[in-house]
Amino acid sequence: MSNHTDSPSALNRRSVLRRTAAVGLLATPAAGLLSACVGGGTDEPTTQATGQVSAENPLGVSTETPVEVVIFDGGLGTKYATDVHIPSYQAKFPKSKVTYSSTQEVSTTLQPRFASNTPPDMVNNAGSKLMDQGKLVEAGQVADLSDLFAAPSLDIAGKTVGETLIPGTIEQGTFNGKPYVLNYAYTVFGLWYSGKLFKDNGWTAPTTWADFTALLDKMKAKGITPYSYAGANAAYYQYLVILTTAAKIGGPDVLKAIDNLEKGAWTNDAVKQAATLWGEIGAKYGNKAHLGLKHTEVQLQQNQYKVGFYPSGSWLENEQSKDTPAGFDYQVAAIPGATASDKLPATGLYAAAGEMYFVASKGKNVQGGKEYLRHMLSKAGAKGFTELTKSLTVVTGAAEGLTLSPGLTSANAALTAAGAANFSFRWDAWYKNLDDECRAATNKLMFQGGTADEFCTRMQAAADKTEKKFSR
Amino acid sequence: MRQGKYPFVIGFLIAPLALYGMFVLRPIAAAVQVSMTNWSGLSPNFDFVGLENFQKLLDDDKVWLAAKHHVFLLVTLPVITIALALFFAFLLNMGGGTRGGMMTGVWGSKFYRVVFFLPQVLAVVIVGVIFGRVYAPDGSGVLNRFLELFGVDAVQFMAEYGLWSILGVLVWQAVGFYVVLFAAGMSSIPAEIYEAAVMDGASRVTIFFRVTIPLLMETVKVAWVYLGILAMDAFALVMVLSIDEGGPDGATTVLPVQIYKSGIRESDYGYASALGVALAVFTIIFAVLSLRGGKRNAVEH
Repeated sequence: MSNHTDSPSALNRRSVLRRTAAVGLLATPAAGLLSACVGGGTDEPTTQATGQVSAENPLGVSTETPVEVVIFDGGLGTKYATDVHIPSYQAKFPKSKVTYSSTQEVSTTLQPRFASNTPPDMVNNAGSKLMDQGKLVEAGQVADLSDLFAAPSLDIAGKTVGETLIPGTIEQGTFNGKPYVLNYAYTVFGLWYSGKLFKDNGWTAPTTWADFTALLDKMKAKGITPYSYAGANAAYYQYLVILTTAAKIGGPDVLKAIDNLEKGAWTNDAVKQAATLWGEIGAKYGNKAHLGLKHTEVQLQQNQYKVGFYPSGSWLENEQSKDTPAGFDYQVAAIPGATASDKLPATGLYAAAGEMYFVASKGKNVQGGKEYLRHMLSKAGAKGFTELTKSLTVVTGAAEGLTLSPGLTSANAALTAAGAANFSFRWDAWYKNLDDECRAATNKLMFQGGTADEFCTRMQAAADKTEKKFSR
Repeated sequence: MRQGKYPFVIGFLIAPLALYGMFVLRPIAAAVQVSMTNWSGLSPNFDFVGLENFQKLLDDDKVWLAAKHHVFLLVTLPVITIALALFFAFLLNMGGGTRGGMMTGVWGSKFYRVVFFLPQVLAVVIVGVIFGRVYAPDGSGVLNRFLELFGVDAVQFMAEYGLWSILGVLVWQAVGFYVVLFAAGMSSIPAEIYEAAVMDGASRVTIFFRVTIPLLMETVKVAWVYLGILAMDAFALVMVLSIDEGGPDGATTVLPVQIYKSGIRESDYGYASALGVALAVFTIIFAVLSLRGGKRNAVEH
């Protein structure tokens, strides 16, 4: 429990601590959800620090109260927080100390603190041990970010924070009509390959399914595993690909139906067709041994030119930066179109704001946590993040003027080509049990001779058993 | 002084009893209490839901799958481990035949004793990582590289024989301890009994089955209980070694992994506690049955 860096008791500080109306406001959104939770512990909010609201300080942050942030130490590293965002906050509020810690096991470290109502102010909820975000919101532990998005941007004149964001960002973090979570990194999801490998062989990224399988055949002839993902811990990369194809066949509403746990959403023809196509790819072009490998192991094989296509998000290039040989030249292709009657163009992309950051509603400095997010969402903050992590942010135009890495340039180009044809789903964050089920079902389909019908009926059965909590 | 005896005794007992209550009884009681709530673990609030979690547990396919795996381990793990450990312990203590009417171990038995015990001092997670390399599904795995020499195709150990592979590691790690345990038991058997047996012309095999095993029955029974409890756990190994934490598709899952998944991953601590209570009850029933079961057969020397 070394991460229990309790901030100094607010009572010891000279600042005037008042329980303001803001506290009440923060508690109300969760009241409806919490009404089911009676009889348990007390729901009394801790004393929260606030300051004077002004043009300079639109969120009314107490200038002297410390703010505690916890950052997940994963593929993106933590340098962006320690070198960019914290100094930015510190420069604005020199008297307020930013208490920083990082963890690789978010749930293990933070769950006890939420259970005892002494959470840190701002949390980066990510990694394989992330906390169930839906459950957190439901438990009333997450602060409503409406005032943050309505506040003026830190350094983009004349715009509110909300107006500086790529459309869909706020929606991505909305639970039952209220924005609770900031999804900060803008992730493009597709099939990653080595530009060098393709150039040397005169291959080009396919756009139709026939081109795709033809190319996979050529790769196979060269002794390369044409298509692979890591079954041991990254099956969700693959179910995202299957559902992307389903969305291309049947339109983004297919995903919406799945999110809303509608009857027959998984047994829909589009999903079935997508699962059939990908099941064939797995059986014909996959490598059975990769069921037992972890994502880093398969990614390393791709870096050694032993794997052709690998499905992943745009964090891949940064994650692999140490192992990528010079000239490897990461490129991303949109998942090829499936049929001639696809509802979406072949350039359509799964692109979404990802990497969750939220403010704890029962932290000691809620407004400070939001202010911290405002610094992350400043143009300078976003630019610094992109520079250090090779990942785009949800702040529009923040990457302008930066020299982008090959992978990111390619991701940016794919995004432009997709235009309005980008989509995403939310069910995996809303219902962790479905996520677990789908990982197992996907491995079965791709590696162990499972059929599309089995996949669909199994997921439908799991979805039917799930109690509906959110909708979009 | 006579009147002061009880306060004196109580004074000594209070500290350990208080610690025991605080750190053993209270958490157990708390787990039972939580198992009857819908606590998410993410806030201090919860509802009392009675036995709903236990009802859900009975309907959970994964739980039954895990229980099946426990039964498998409960049968195979003690049998294989005890058989191997008895065999090795016998070789170490008496395998060398008789010298001047005394049973001696095979040549170099002191060295072997250390070798056998070595896995026992390794942390489970390290063992898991080591065997991750041993079982790796392609040519990078020790076993598959070995099979490659004979032209055998790579075997998907964790994907197709997951539970057997896990069992292999459990046995590998446990055997050493029981070799030492049984060896100690054997050396406490009076030498005259063996002398008499040798004089009567008993072979080593006869001595092993007719003399050693019956006299070691108590130790074997204790070993059985320990190994049974080990078979109820296996959490760390499954988490480190298996595909998709207990997969593929639940093929290697055990109850502690299900507890972890529903608690930590799915934030359902009420249900996780119910699973924990169920597991504890199974373990206690198993221990009581196996300790009671063999009582009559005990042979004294």
